[in-house]
Amino acid sequence: MPTLAEIPLGRPAEVRAVDGPRAFRRRLLEMGLVPGTPVRIVTVAPLGDPLRIEVRGGQWSIRRAEAAQIQVDAK
Amino acid sequence: MTEAACHASGAAPTVTVPGRPQLVLAGNPNVGKTTLFNALTGLSAKVSNYPGITVETARGELVLPGGRIADLHDLPGTYSTNARSAEEQIALDALLGLDGAATPDAVIVCLDATQVARAAYLLLQIQELGARCIVALTMFDEAGVAAPDPRALADVLGCEVVAVTARTRVGLDDLRAAVDRVLHTERSATWRWQPGEALRERLTAVRAALPEPWASTTRYGAALPAADDAIALWALTCVEPRTGGADDDELDVPATVRAAVVAAPPPSDDEAVLGRWAWLDREIPPLLSRAPDRSRTERIDRVLLHRVAGFISFIGVMTVLFMSLFWWAAPLMDAIDQAFKWGGAQFEAVLGDGVFTDFLVQGVIGGVGAVMVFLPQILLLFLFLGFLEDCGYLARVAYLMDRIMRSMNLHGRAFVPMLSGFACAVPAIMATRTMERRRDRILTMMVVPLMTCSARLPVYTLVIGALIPGSRWVQGLLMVAMYLFSVVTALVAAWVMSKTVKPLKAKRLPFVIELPPYRFPRIGGVLRMMWGKSSLFLREAGTVILACSIALWALLYFPREMPEGSRDYDALVAQAPSAEAKAELLAEKQAIQLENSYGGRLGHAIEPAIRPLGFDWKIGIGIVGAFAAREVFVSTLGIVYAVGSDADEGSAPLRNALHDAKSADGKRAYTPLVGLSLMIFFALACQCMSTLAVIKRESRSWRWPLFLFTYMTVLAWVVSFCVYQGGRLLGFS
Repeated sequence: MPTLAEIPLGRPAEVRAVDGPRAFRRRLLEMGLVPGTPVRIVTVAPLGDPLRIEVRGGQWSIRRAEAAQIQVDAK
Repeated sequence: MTEAACHASGAAPTVTVPGRPQLVLAGNPNVGKTTLFNALTGLSAKVSNYPGITVETARGELVLPGGRIADLHDLPGTYSTNARSAEEQIALDALLGLDGAATPDAVIVCLDATQVARAAYLLLQIQELGARCIVALTMFDEAGVAAPDPRALADVLGCEVVAVTARTRVGLDDLRAAVDRVLHTERSATWRWQPGEALRERLTAVRAALPEPWASTTRYGAALPAADDAIALWALTCVEPRTGGADDDELDVPATVRAAVVAAPPPSDDEAVLGRWAWLDREIPPLLSRAPDRSRTERIDRVLLHRVAGFISFIGVMTVLFMSLFWWAAPLMDAIDQAFKWGGAQFEAVLGDGVFTDFLVQGVIGGVGAVMVFLPQILLLFLFLGFLEDCGYLARVAYLMDRIMRSMNLHGRAFVPMLSGFACAVPAIMATRTMERRRDRILTMMVVPLMTCSARLPVYTLVIGALIPGSRWVQGLLMVAMYLFSVVTALVAAWVMSKTVKPLKAKRLPFVIELPPYRFPRIGGVLRMMWGKSSLFLREAGTVILACSIALWALLYFPREMPEGSRDYDALVAQAPSAEAKAELLAEKQAIQLENSYGGRLGHAIEPAIRPLGFDWKIGIGIVGAFAAREVFVSTLGIVYAVGSDADEGSAPLRNALHDAKSADGKRAYTPLVGLSLMIFFALACQCMSTLAVIKRESRSWRWPLFLFTYMTVLAWVVSFCVYQGGRLLGFS
């Protein structure tokens, strides 16, 4: 299953699972990145990292390594 | 009938809250919480720090209908009550009435009308804890047609919902009335999801271990098992099930609760989170007819986060910020300096010569001046930071800079404090508050003082002018090199400390920051914050700086007796043939008195330690004096070399005196190599009591200022030693 870090810019995807250490996972889940949530990478920062993602009508900056912990389905 | 409708229809009051009702204002970051707080409390708000850590809290008075006054506490913005850091625990303590906080009688939860589901997640958690909740629907005008209908939302959320626009004060009276109504209702703990069998068992086990003050019977005066379960769930979520440790060492969880968590089988965190989100995803979307319009923000971001244009605009914004600290603050700082000098001179004229006059003028007035001189930079920096934070750009700075800062294990938001460090470490250290985690703040504080601040410039200018041969170009390049040197050292130091110093080690927590929509900054709020920060600085760091200034003054002033065998200067001055001769004699006397002072003796005493760096006792006295502020090095050397205490870095007599100074063996005392060693020493040593005072205040302990002072002094000594001794080995003298 691809991770969010592998999804091309702008392509809609849907969260399947969040991996990683406990506090990290809980943080992302509580922010609403629960399975089934649509997510999309809007842009990449000029230096290649972090990513700007759109979740639930809001935008977040997230590091590539962290996005790699989020398993998604490409739409 | 839902609960909310019940309140709205004015159900019979069943509970009356005695005394002043205690209210808490909670909400996610960037939802206009502070604006609402200011609008509700007006001028009664007081900003202060929580004891023990630096999380600011504001407290004000809210007038309820009928004239009854309630206390309103503004909490730090948070996305969840599951404390992940000391900062978030503050929010939890205030919500629960733990750790000295009064149990809140009601909680106003700010709910961003453009982010309803996410904001409601926090509300659900607070409702589980058994708090009486009122929702203030903020950003209602911004959401426009995408905003939910407050009545429908109230039905779903089971509490009163009031749409407010703090700027125009719309809805504030309705909110006050709603608070008044809710205060008369019975408490209930509402859970929107059902824990499974296994989790229920664990909750029961941990609930039994809750200490007395945490139990609902103590806090609410009535048993509310669901509320106790919510606390048990919180403990299960934030305590490490295998070791009993918490995510953050500063989390305050009693040992009995930790033990109970370890004894219970490891829970699945997902159950609670997924349960709440399942409810939200079912109930909230039908209330929203369409997604909020982010197109304006998107258009701005297309420029400000663009690969090229984004960087250019970033550099532009940072240049303006930096220049304002450097150039715009300078005339104000000079004016403050002059005003205090002038004031001192007036006192001197009235009181005449004497120890008391000197104490008052040099010690007290000089010390107050040393504090006040920081104000222009602090005001300007927080004016900028307030605007940048308010309009949403500060989060973008972190986004743009994260890649660079992260490579040194610094937070993306550390960029602004580090840049500000080029002007002055004091406001820069205060600016670390824009980072939410303590570890990030402390690490930044530990490296900001390495940046070439403006107080180092007079020292460099003097040393380069007096000791470094070569054209203006060479001298200019050396100055640039000193700046680069400081940047490299600061970044490397951050990296090394993040690998070696335990509390500064990077933790695997997500660097996830919200990029809020761009909004117009509210000038009132920015000015209020600017004033709040400045008065906090004056009250807390200012007093320490003043005390240190007076102590340092005394160190370099006493004892007053002239050493045995010195000339009778008073008699000589009385018969001096000319004003010039008189001034010369007075300067000579001053130099002898300084050398004889405790500080002067300290300068002598440390000579063996600084000899290997190429310094003599005269520089030693300069280093002692420079602890007040680095630029004092120049005027102290002016006194030591009897060219007058008003010598500045450009003064020819002082430059010549340094250039021509001879050591005991008749050789030049200060060679270019000594000059280089001296500059390196000043680049690295923590010669600044104000920095230490402000770090003491920001970190709430003496541990970090002591650590900073120790590591910078050791680093300065070692590097200067290597430069000087290495240079000599290579044949430079």
